[in-house]
Amino acid sequence: MAQSNDILTVKGLKAYYQMAYFGIEREVRAVDDVTLSIRKNEVYGIAGESSSGKTSLIKVLAAAIRPPLKVVDGSLTYRFGDIEIDPYKAKKEDVDAIRWKHLSYIMQGSMSVLNPVRRIKRSFEDFAFRPMGVPKKEFWERTEAHLRRLNLSPDILRAYPHELSGGMRQRVTIALATVCQPEFIIADEPTTALDVVVQKDVLAMIRDVQQQMGSSVVFVTHDMSVHANMADRIGIVYAGRLVEEGPTRTLFTAPKHPYTSHLVGSLPRIGDTSPKAALEGRPPNLADPPAGCRFHPRCPLAIDKCKTDVPPLVAVGESHRSACWRSDDVKPLATFGQPAEALS
Amino acid sequence: MTTLLDVRNVSKRFAMGGILSRQYTDAVIDVSFALESEKPEIFTIIGESGSGKTTLARMILGLEEPSDGDITFEGTGAADRKNRKVRLQFMRRVQPVFQNPFEAFNPLKQVDRYLDATARTLLGLKGKAEIEKSMDDALQKVGLSYREIKGRYAHELSGGQLQRVAIARALIPNPALLIADEPVSMVDASLRMSIVNLLKDLRDNFGVSVIYITHDLATAYYISDRLIIMQKGYVVEMGPARTVLDAPQHPYSQLLKASVLSVDDAGQGNLKPADRAMAEAAWAKSGEGKLTPRDDGRMVRVG
Repeated sequence: MAQSNDILTVKGLKAYYQMAYFGIEREVRAVDDVTLSIRKNEVYGIAGESSSGKTSLIKVLAAAIRPPLKVVDGSLTYRFGDIEIDPYKAKKEDVDAIRWKHLSYIMQGSMSVLNPVRRIKRSFEDFAFRPMGVPKKEFWERTEAHLRRLNLSPDILRAYPHELSGGMRQRVTIALATVCQPEFIIADEPTTALDVVVQKDVLAMIRDVQQQMGSSVVFVTHDMSVHANMADRIGIVYAGRLVEEGPTRTLFTAPKHPYTSHLVGSLPRIGDTSPKAALEGRPPNLADPPAGCRFHPRCPLAIDKCKTDVPPLVAVGESHRSACWRSDDVKPLATFGQPAEALS
Repeated sequence: MTTLLDVRNVSKRFAMGGILSRQYTDAVIDVSFALESEKPEIFTIIGESGSGKTTLARMILGLEEPSDGDITFEGTGAADRKNRKVRLQFMRRVQPVFQNPFEAFNPLKQVDRYLDATARTLLGLKGKAEIEKSMDDALQKVGLSYREIKGRYAHELSGGQLQRVAIARALIPNPALLIADEPVSMVDASLRMSIVNLLKDLRDNFGVSVIYITHDLATAYYISDRLIIMQKGYVVEMGPARTVLDAPQHPYSQLLKASVLSVDDAGQGNLKPADRAMAEAAWAKSGEGKLTPRDDGRMVRVG
């Protein structure tokens, strides 16, 4: 499993929110037995609905968790060149040393990242000066060169966050997260709250930065159309578990899990007026998830076995894994247009 | 044909700042459209943030007074509604559904209290049995029942269920028009289509017209009959939904359509930023020219 071109290997990772109030202990299994690996130079999308544990998962990946969320089992290994590190076993100084330089994080709300009472310049200094480890003059030269490469004017360094539009601020946060040329970038819903026109530009920018630097990007969103355009591979998270993983095209054209099949099949599209069925029921409560396969109460294909036995995530095709007892019976609900090269 | 809602040359201007440094923002500029009572339809307003779509909805609901122009609903205008009786009658016929169901309901109140209060004030019901019946009827229309909802708090329901309760509350006085401001943007992906299908169902089976406000062109294409596209307060294109979205003619509508992320070439890495020339053409021309009718029933703003 651990190939040389894997930058991150996660094995059997479990992270729970453990709370004890007034003597009552509660455990929320937000990340439950996740195994995955992320290669160099790839964009990996994590899809799931709210409270499915996707944000907890990437917080764990970013080593940015706080109690009550705790990693209770499993391993997480980053490989940056010669450095091999498990942030949950390494010393704090070593983890701090990789942060921002090798591992950076594009956060959801650009407004809460940039300090509203200081110029953008100061935010760059606060975040990136120490990790980059070069003299001040060279630091500004590199920063300005980086902004130019992203088609941003270096003049924005003198602006205050409120003087920029929402899309521009999000672009600045991306520039900030990538200024040290990290090998691994984690992006949490980078385009929610942006307008459609701006969203496309921001996504194209992330993709462009990723290709220029050859970094790996893990990003989370619930919007399947964003995944369709950004990700090389997608992992679908349902109720804290990874239920399906595979190349983007495969997941859209030949899903092997009923949940994925529904997610991509019910996407409304311009030019398509066929009725789209909705999925009944509601996402489970992670404090008290259903036994067996967590999707079974809503699954149209559920059989008795699904109610008692947890399906393992097994290979169902080339680099395609699915956790379903009836993965052979899953049919795609919609067809997608021909890939571009097939048409030409 | 009788007119249900008539919006005629409506504008809204907001003033900011003091007497000396007063600045004006035109949120809505010269918008006109009409809905017929006999033909329930889903009328969609599309636009980006700041295009004036929510301001327009608030004016229709009577929460905001237009600076210019008139909005009449079944023959009554804003001035008539100063009378409490007329206002209550208006509220029975026009009901809102808001964007975020988790904010629309007080987390410390049971959700059925909202239904109960609506039945009491707008329908004037008194007896417990008839109130429960009207609540149950409305909840049945959205695929729920009073038994499921009774005594529940907002956090005990999923986003989709809660949004259905919000729609059920709006349906209690049997309105002719629902104004739904981004009703699905805060609802989970797997539950989103159930709300969209519900709006469609209300139109087809219960004869309720819906003004559906959104920035999502794909769901607009899926459910709407007619739509208007707004940019910076101006209507730039309006007409039958499918005709307009299949081949938009105004540069801004074209830009919006081009910005929709296509899922047909999933995983091909074909993502390109929006065409600069197209975007600039769209922004440069905003508000220029007049709405001109075309042969296929649409109106396009041309200079």
